[in-house]
Amino acid sequence: MKVSTIFYSLKQGFINIKRNKLFSLASVGTIAACIFLMGLFYAVLTNLQHIVETAEETVSIVIFFDEEATDEQIEAIGENIKKRAEFGTIEYISPEQAWEEYKQEYFGDNQELAEGFKDDNPLANSDSYRVTLNDLSMQDAFVTFVENLEGVRKVNYSDSTADTLNEFGRMIGYISMAIIIILLAVGIFLISNTIMIGITVRKEEIGIMKLMGAKDFFIRAPFMVEGIMIGLVGALIPILILYIIYKRVIVFILEQFNSIESVVSLLSTGEVFAVLIPAALIIGGGIGVIGSMITMRKHLKV
Amino acid sequence: MIDLENVSKTYAAGTPAVNNINLHIDKGEFVFIVGDSGAGKSTLIKLLLKELEPTEGKIVINGKNLGRMRRKKIPMLRRDIGVVFQDFRLLKDRNVYDNIAFAQRVVETPTKVIRRKVPAMLSMVGLAEKYKSFPKELSGGEQQRVAIARALVNNPPILLADEPTGNLDPNNSWEIMKLLEEINKRGTTVIVVTHNKEVVDAMQKRVITIKKGVIVSDERKGGYIYEG
Repeated sequence: MKVSTIFYSLKQGFINIKRNKLFSLASVGTIAACIFLMGLFYAVLTNLQHIVETAEETVSIVIFFDEEATDEQIEAIGENIKKRAEFGTIEYISPEQAWEEYKQEYFGDNQELAEGFKDDNPLANSDSYRVTLNDLSMQDAFVTFVENLEGVRKVNYSDSTADTLNEFGRMIGYISMAIIIILLAVGIFLISNTIMIGITVRKEEIGIMKLMGAKDFFIRAPFMVEGIMIGLVGALIPILILYIIYKRVIVFILEQFNSIESVVSLLSTGEVFAVLIPAALIIGGGIGVIGSMITMRKHLKV
Repeated sequence: MIDLENVSKTYAAGTPAVNNINLHIDKGEFVFIVGDSGAGKSTLIKLLLKELEPTEGKIVINGKNLGRMRRKKIPMLRRDIGVVFQDFRLLKDRNVYDNIAFAQRVVETPTKVIRRKVPAMLSMVGLAEKYKSFPKELSGGEQQRVAIARALVNNPPILLADEPTGNLDPNNSWEIMKLLEEINKRGTTVIVVTHNKEVVDAMQKRVITIKKGVIVSDERKGGYIYEG
């Protein structure tokens, strides 16, 4: 293909859009809405997933030992745990440490209230292992395994946090998938209609082009350009809006909920948009190509 | 240059529009194809441009067998045949220069060549000064000249004119015919489909007469055969 042909096709494509402003605008709007929602869901879902992953690192399982358990037994339990595939970290908490943490948590600034227990640690015999897993979905199996080890009195764990987060994420995923598919279909339909109007307007010109011996590609290229441009503009607008919103929301959440910052860590703008920008452009351009191809197959036969 | 062997075309139902036509046109000939409306002239033109497929028979143009031609090659066939219509079919939103440049643009001629070629074609058809005019500012005869310039700008070996004088008065008709004759003298094979009796009689060229899809006469230096 010659350079002059590329320029010609680009120019004619833009002329098509200009001539057909209303429909082009409707198509851009629909695609923009589709990609906006997609981006929004993506941002929420990736953050949710990120939170779950962080939670997996911090949600710990606490293992208490039988009162008569020997140091050797406790040692053996630790070794057994370390052999598990899902094992992440392990920490031995002595009764003194446990008491210190308890005091901090429950008496806070009123340390004098705890003075009465000074030489009589109520948590004696409460030494424990604090274990985190690298894969929370294996938690149930891990707990069963540990409970059956000799010398283990009790295993404390929370099975609700991870499950809830995972469930919630899956639900958002399904809903967003459904909405995005519907909007994609509407976007393709609108682009294909926009292109059809362009072809109808240029019917005479296309007829002359065919008689003059224009190749299929030459006749089709301007309409392809039209579809792709509509798709790309439809992708760029929501990306820009999402970028601005996301940046502000991150700042807002971290300011307002200072306390949860330690629990909830959000992904940076860069991390989210490194995926979102190329994905949106490919989907926008793709809708344009598919939409224009459908129409051209139907209405542009030599 | 153009060969038709036992060519027939029958539409979905009914009698054949073109029936068992055998025709040979040599390079450099000037040929009139005449006949009343419904005689099968339009079908014949569409067959030559491969807008229609014959039901039977073989068509060869410039060494290309149309029946064996792949769809992708059709544009190349059409580049060999410049076409002029009764209703001119110029692009109304473009001026004379752009209308002719358009024909070169669609076959991907470099802009440099277009800038040289378009003025040359305009001089040939005698419209050098009107290159900026829009079709609606031109007379019928002038519009047809633009259409002829457009048909010839890519140097096709064949010029096919479908009722080129159908919308013109006798004076303009005559001028257009003189122009086509001039083009023929420069080596282009010219085929004029018409039912303009005066023009055909005056030109004294080969005349092929079609009636109800059949060639009823083919004369070297003929005139219009009148009904009777």
